Amino acid sequence: MTPSVAVADLTFSYPGGHRALDGIDLTVQAGERVAVFGPNGAGKTTFVLHLNGIHRPERGTVSIEGIELDDNTVMEIRRRVGLVFQDPDDQLFMPTVRQDVAFGPANFGIKGDELDERVAEALDMVGMIDAIDRAPHHLSLGERRRVAIATVIASQPEILILDEPSSNLDPASRREVADILKGLDVTILLVTHDLPYALELCERAVIMNGGRLVADGGTAEILSDARLMAANRLELPFGFDPRTVRR
Amino acid sequence: MSGGHAHTLHIHGHSVAHRMAPHLKVAALGIFVVAVVATPARAVPAFGVYAILLGTVAAVSGVPVRFIVRRMVIEVPFLLFAVLLPFVGSAPYLSLGGLRVSEAGLLAAWTIVAKGSCGVVASILLAATTEVPEILTGLQRLRVPAPLVAIAGFMVRYLEVIAGELSRMRVAMAARGYEARFLWQAKVLATSAGALFIRSYERGERVYLAMVSRGYTGTMPVFAAQGVTRRDYVQAFALPAIAVVVALAGWVVVA
Repeated sequence: MTPSVAVADLTFSYPGGHRALDGIDLTVQAGERVAVFGPNGAGKTTFVLHLNGIHRPERGTVSIEGIELDDNTVMEIRRRVGLVFQDPDDQLFMPTVRQDVAFGPANFGIKGDELDERVAEALDMVGMIDAIDRAPHHLSLGERRRVAIATVIASQPEILILDEPSSNLDPASRREVADILKGLDVTILLVTHDLPYALELCERAVIMNGGRLVADGGTAEILSDARLMAANRLELPFGFDPRTVRR
Repeated sequence: MSGGHAHTLHIHGHSVAHRMAPHLKVAALGIFVVAVVATPARAVPAFGVYAILLGTVAAVSGVPVRFIVRRMVIEVPFLLFAVLLPFVGSAPYLSLGGLRVSEAGLLAAWTIVAKGSCGVVASILLAATTEVPEILTGLQRLRVPAPLVAIAGFMVRYLEVIAGELSRMRVAMAARGYEARFLWQAKVLATSAGALFIRSYERGERVYLAMVSRGYTGTMPVFAAQGVTRRDYVQAFALPAIAVVVALAGWVVVA
């Protein structure tokens, strides 16, 4: 089976010489949900920007569903890989929710009734269909984050990448976002510092540090490895024991 | 958080004026304003007709007079300038209640007050009956260059975000005992304006990344808008058509 994501020896430096990624190898199978942990500055965001072709590898390759990223395939890869940014105010830039959700599919050539259907379907999936004609800045943060997810799933991506989807949300909104993600039939990469959230949603986790992948395994096992966690500035919330969580 | 119909210039409603296709409304406003500006200032009754036309639109669309008057405050600086003109204008002079005023100055002042007010009221009525996104779609349909429409759209979208950032910065300053009272404290304000600019600039970069990741390649998608019938055209252009006729009549009468 062709893996959803296949990254080999991915290396990238920012202009100015800072090496943000240093030989990353990662394979993710279709339908997997993988958490990406790591301290601030580990290269997590730089890494996910490669999966959607916004950054190009300096060395190594990125393949999405068997398609290798290059100038000819970048649009197809952007359609297949949906990126949900951390701040919904960055993600939602159109005057209305409707136009914002339509932005992606319209760029990928969908129009007319099919476009309207896509928009309605995506907003329905995140429970925000009633907000279709509202302005994004009139929504609460939790609502904006759900709409941000809709803007991406409207393009029907096979891979969904989320950067800190639970940050700054109240517990109920956090739960609503988790329920949406569980209901989607896509491969998910979840970049997060919210370890219990990752344990709930992802069976597998990787740790990035200093531009390298330093661990790859079951989320519960990784969270239970005190030495590995401490070495990568990861800490569980007080009183939380991944071994006693019923999944 | 407020509701969906919440830009401060908008009055929610379902009148003919509200339902009208936005690009027709914008075009009608443009023609009306040109007609008003082209009317000779001495044709005073013409401005009475314009006032009646605007009053009719306000009545039909249910925009309260108080709302319009309050919004008209925006022209006050221009009116102040207009008030000065009769006193600084050139000969010939008239005597008005014991004051010596310039005839040319008086005419110029009247022109500013009458034409300015007509334009402002018409714009207020457009804004009161049209949501901002509709105005943007209207501009798009009128073939206003796409980058300009996009810039206007981003401005509308991010004005509140940036205002929110500014108010958080001010709270943060106040929380640490800063209150701008004296001129020499202006340096802090200048610095915060700079910080706000940098933040907005960085946000612009992040927004651009979000656009690119959803397939943006340099042109904004154009979304289909509501269809228009001949009746819509008649409704929309009735008012500017009358204005054009009145303006022409004004020239005939004055000449």
